[in-house]
This record gives sequence, structure tokens and C-alpha cells, in this order.
Amino acid sequence: MPPILEIRDLSCELGGRPILRHIDLTVEEGETVVLLGRSGSGKTTLLKTVNGLVPASSGEIRFEGRAAADWDAVAMRRRMGYVIQDAGLFPHWTVEANIGLVPRLAKWEPARVAARVETLLETVGLPPGEFRHRYPRQLSGGQRQRVGIARALGADPPLLLFDEPFASLDPITRYELQRQFLDLRRTVRKTALFVTHDVREALLLATRIAVLRDGALELVATPPECLKARTPEVRAFLASLEDSGRAN
Amino acid sequence: MNPSLGAEIVSLSLQHLRLVGITIAIAAALALPAAVVLARRPAARRWVLGFTNIAQTVPSLALFGFLLPFIGIGEHTAIVALTLYALLPIVRNTLTGILGVDPAVRESALAMGMTPRQILWQVELPLAVPSIVAGMRIATVTTIGTATIAAFIGAGGLGVFLVRGIAMMDKQALLAGALPAAAMALAADEGLEWIERKLSPA
Repeated sequence: MPPILEIRDLSCELGGRPILRHIDLTVEEGETVVLLGRSGSGKTTLLKTVNGLVPASSGEIRFEGRAAADWDAVAMRRRMGYVIQDAGLFPHWTVEANIGLVPRLAKWEPARVAARVETLLETVGLPPGEFRHRYPRQLSGGQRQRVGIARALGADPPLLLFDEPFASLDPITRYELQRQFLDLRRTVRKTALFVTHDVREALLLATRIAVLRDGALELVATPPECLKARTPEVRAFLASLEDSGRAN
Repeated sequence: MNPSLGAEIVSLSLQHLRLVGITIAIAAALALPAAVVLARRPAARRWVLGFTNIAQTVPSLALFGFLLPFIGIGEHTAIVALTLYALLPIVRNTLTGILGVDPAVRESALAMGMTPRQILWQVELPLAVPSIVAGMRIATVTTIGTATIAAFIGAGGLGVFLVRGIAMMDKQALLAGALPAAAMALAADEGLEWIERKLSPA
């Protein structure tokens, strides 16, 4: 079976400025690959080239064994869940309508959509009876993000893309959601590409970490290997951890 | 107040409402699609908003006079002129509403696999509705006021009382025109504000 996602020699320029340089990355089924990098390292751009929100300048992306260029962009995106910071929920839709978005776009029967929404709300730990009819503004930041994850899981896509989903949450809620992310991975066995600048989060969630520096991959390795690797960017990230430890 | 004056107030008010109704219907039918198209085309946006801005600055009596040789006296001229005035607030507010949609919402809609058409109808327009209604409200209230001037070019409406009142120094005629027009403007303002609140996303 081909890998879920293959990125080969991908480069991206925006306004003449190189953002990504010769990226090679493969994501196998069941993996959580975390793209770790500081602001401006190109990690979000890399994520957005995967679902075609940002066009690549050169190189190739293959999703489910098929070149992205051969996919219909809309059909491909419906097979990639997408979760961003602050969730990006539709403010004029209830929680139920938000989560049911992709199943409805895929023309599921209403009863099947409703059942799916119920399952997903339970999966992300929100009692359906209490939350189904709420609007996003009636939710806390953590609850909104749970709904965002449930929406991304909507039609059971083979790949989930996360763009710093927990970055704006308070540390306690963030930790809760990170634990839940790990539980979720055990139960639904999803493949994920996850962008963060939080090295702690990367070490906790990743099966492999891809460290980006100035638009190039510096290292792709499992968390224990990363801790040993000591490349410049990894060292810089780990130093930030140690300092925050000392301050406390 | 004699009964024939009462009857005249009713019939001229209805005529006035007709003018305003037709104007707003035409203006909305032109302005809404225009705003949708302009939302995607920043370059064209400058030109069209510039044109509607200029139309707005021409004094209404002058515009009526300018249109007379082309369209002639009567209701049609009034409706053309009033429509030009009503365009700007509707176009501008609709644009503001569409462009004001949270970029994160638009981005996630696209990333979840919605087509541009679905994003327009299911996300952008519903979220822009309060702003669109606000534009319609401004356009309606202004049109009710401006339409009184249409009587000068024979379009009828409550302005007929004003023309007569000014010509004959008749206070009663002035009030018979001014008061219903003011009441109409206030009622439209309140009514549309209520609709605006009702339609605001929960």
C-alpha cells in the first residue's frame, strides 16, 4: 500500500521569496508527523501546500498514491480534515451543522449525518444533548476546538491536517486536548500532519518530528531520536524548554 | 381637515410608497449581484465605488433636471435618479459584509472542500445579511426623503403637497406632505432595524 502522503522535492516561493526549499517527507498510515519550527519557518505554508491552499512552485505531492495534480481539489480536500487555531467554525451554524458539514457536502442521508454528529460529539467529549444545538459563540475556546476536531473528522478522512490547533488555549485546556488527541489516535487510528511551534507538544504527540528551519527540513526523526540528535534548531528548541524549567 | 385632503394624503402616500418600493427593488437587484462580483475583484471595486460615490454627490434636483431631456417628465425619470442614489449604500454595505467575513472561516470553508459557490451562498452571504439589510435601510430612508423632490418633475408622491405648499404659501399642504413622509421614514427605519436584528447570526 502506498503512503498516505508523499512530498517530493517540494519548493514554494511567494512573491519571489523562497518559503519552502526542497522538502521531502513521507507520512505513513497511522503516523502523527509533527512539523516543528519557529514563526516564519514555513511550517504552515508546507501544511497548506498539502491541501492546495498554497500552490507549490515545484516538486510533487502524492496523496493516497495519486499525484495532487490529478486530484480534483474539492474532492481531495474532503478527504483531508483541517483544524486551525481558533477552529474557524461557522458562527451562523450550530455545533451540529458545523460538524455535519463534510458529510452533507458528500450528500449523506440526513439521518446518517445526525448519527455521525452524535458519535463525533461523544468522541471529542462533548455530551450531544447539551451541545448539539449551541452556536460557536456559546462555547469556550477549548469546546470550540473540540468541535473543530469533530468537524475535521466528519466524513472520516484518511488524513488530518492541524495548524497550531491548541496554540491559543490556556495551558490546562491545551494539555487536556493534547491528552484527548492521544486517546483519539488510539481509538480512531488517524493519520495526521500537525504544525506547532511548541516543542513540548511535538515531543508529546508526534510519532515523528519534522524540524523546519528557514523553509528546509533540518531533521525528521522520532521524538527520542530528536532528543539525541542535537542539530542546531533542535538544540535551540530544547534550550527554550530548559530555561522555562529553570525559571520555575 | 376636510375629507378630500385625507383621501389625497392616502393616495399620494401610496404613490410615494410605490416610488420608493420600485426604486429599492431595482437598486437591490442591481447592487447585490454587483457587490458579489466586486468582492472578488479589487481593481473593479475602485471604479464602481467611485462611480456610485460621484452619483451620490450630485444634488438630487440637478440630477432630475439632467435626466429630463433623456427620459422625459414623470415617474420613470424619478425612479432612475432615485435608483442611482440608492445603489451606493447597498453596494457598499454588501461589500463590507462579504469582505468582513472572518478569513479563518473562509479558509476553513475552502479547506473542508466547499466550492466557491457554496462558500458564497452558505457562508459569505448569510454572514453578510445584517450588513446588507443595514444598507437597504439607509437606502430606503434616504429614498423616502429624496422622493419628495420627484414631484418637481411630475412623478407624484407626497412631494406634490410640498410643491403646492411652497407655491401657495400653504402651511397645511406643507405639513400634509412633510408629516407622512417623516412618519414613513421613521417606520421604515424602525422596521428594517428590527429585521436587521432578527437576521443577525445568533
